[in-house]
Amino acid sequence: MIPRVGVVTFPGSLDDRDAARAVRIAGGEAVALWHGDDDLMNVDAVVLPGGFSYGDYLRCGAIARFAPVMHALVDAAKGGLPVLGICNGFQILCESHLLPGALTRNDSLHFICRDQRLRIENADSMWTSDFEAGQEIVIPLKNGEGGFVADEKTLDMLEGEGRVIARYLEINPNGSRRDIAGIRNARGNVVGLMPHPEHAVETLCGPTEDGLPFFTSVLNSLVGAL
Amino acid sequence: MARVVVDVMLKPEILDPQGRAVQGALGRLGLTGVQDVRQGKQFIIDIEGTLEGDRYDLMHKLAEELLSNPVIENYSMRVVDDEQ
Repeated sequence: MIPRVGVVTFPGSLDDRDAARAVRIAGGEAVALWHGDDDLMNVDAVVLPGGFSYGDYLRCGAIARFAPVMHALVDAAKGGLPVLGICNGFQILCESHLLPGALTRNDSLHFICRDQRLRIENADSMWTSDFEAGQEIVIPLKNGEGGFVADEKTLDMLEGEGRVIARYLEINPNGSRRDIAGIRNARGNVVGLMPHPEHAVETLCGPTEDGLPFFTSVLNSLVGAL
Repeated sequence: MARVVVDVMLKPEILDPQGRAVQGALGRLGLTGVQDVRQGKQFIIDIEGTLEGDRYDLMHKLAEELLSNPVIENYSMRVVDDEQ
């Protein structure tokens, strides 16, 4: 059977269409989910896409965290549902406390948009299992508030438990502590990533196809489990 | 009518690039000796009746959970104009 991957649209989401397209190109069925519904439509996984939910008012992701769909999603994620938060989605996962730390204003104060080289540090999550640990990839990065911060104890814990899934190479674009571009939860079903794999799934309109394995990873993990 | 004032500031250990930019501007505009600038937010909330009991506790909870992010920010809350 073809796994069904939900993509949530909040007011101000930008990348929901690209995320749904990436799911389809990877071989899954994309299911549109709406922020105002508390129904996850029995999907097998969820992507929280990039954008500016609720205009980034208050803090990025702070208001989206309280949307009805998030009540259902937080419980499901704690029960093992695979969830990938990209950019604004990563911010929402941190605000929801599904992932530790927070994303803050880029240290340069500039909005950064570039093709970013990353190293995949951990291939044990449901969203990175089709990579090799240590593999280098290039995918787009675009954020104004992408600086990952957490206290030293939390950073040490993330490093020690192999929960840093991707790190910036060549430059640190936003002041993230320890060059962290993405992390996962202890179980490995919830992943937050600041760069955008959904914009790098075909060479016609992306710099590479390096983003595709994030989506095939979860589909393969699900096919094994379903 | 009660007026609740909630101030939210980044924790001291969190880099404040906006504050740093303001610090640079102050220096360029001739203010010497500026050692540090931190930028924060203030919420002014007017609410019917008096704020006490469960409603006071809920306001505190929402100041912590919605208005601030305890991972990176501290908040302080005070009630003013409670008698007007």
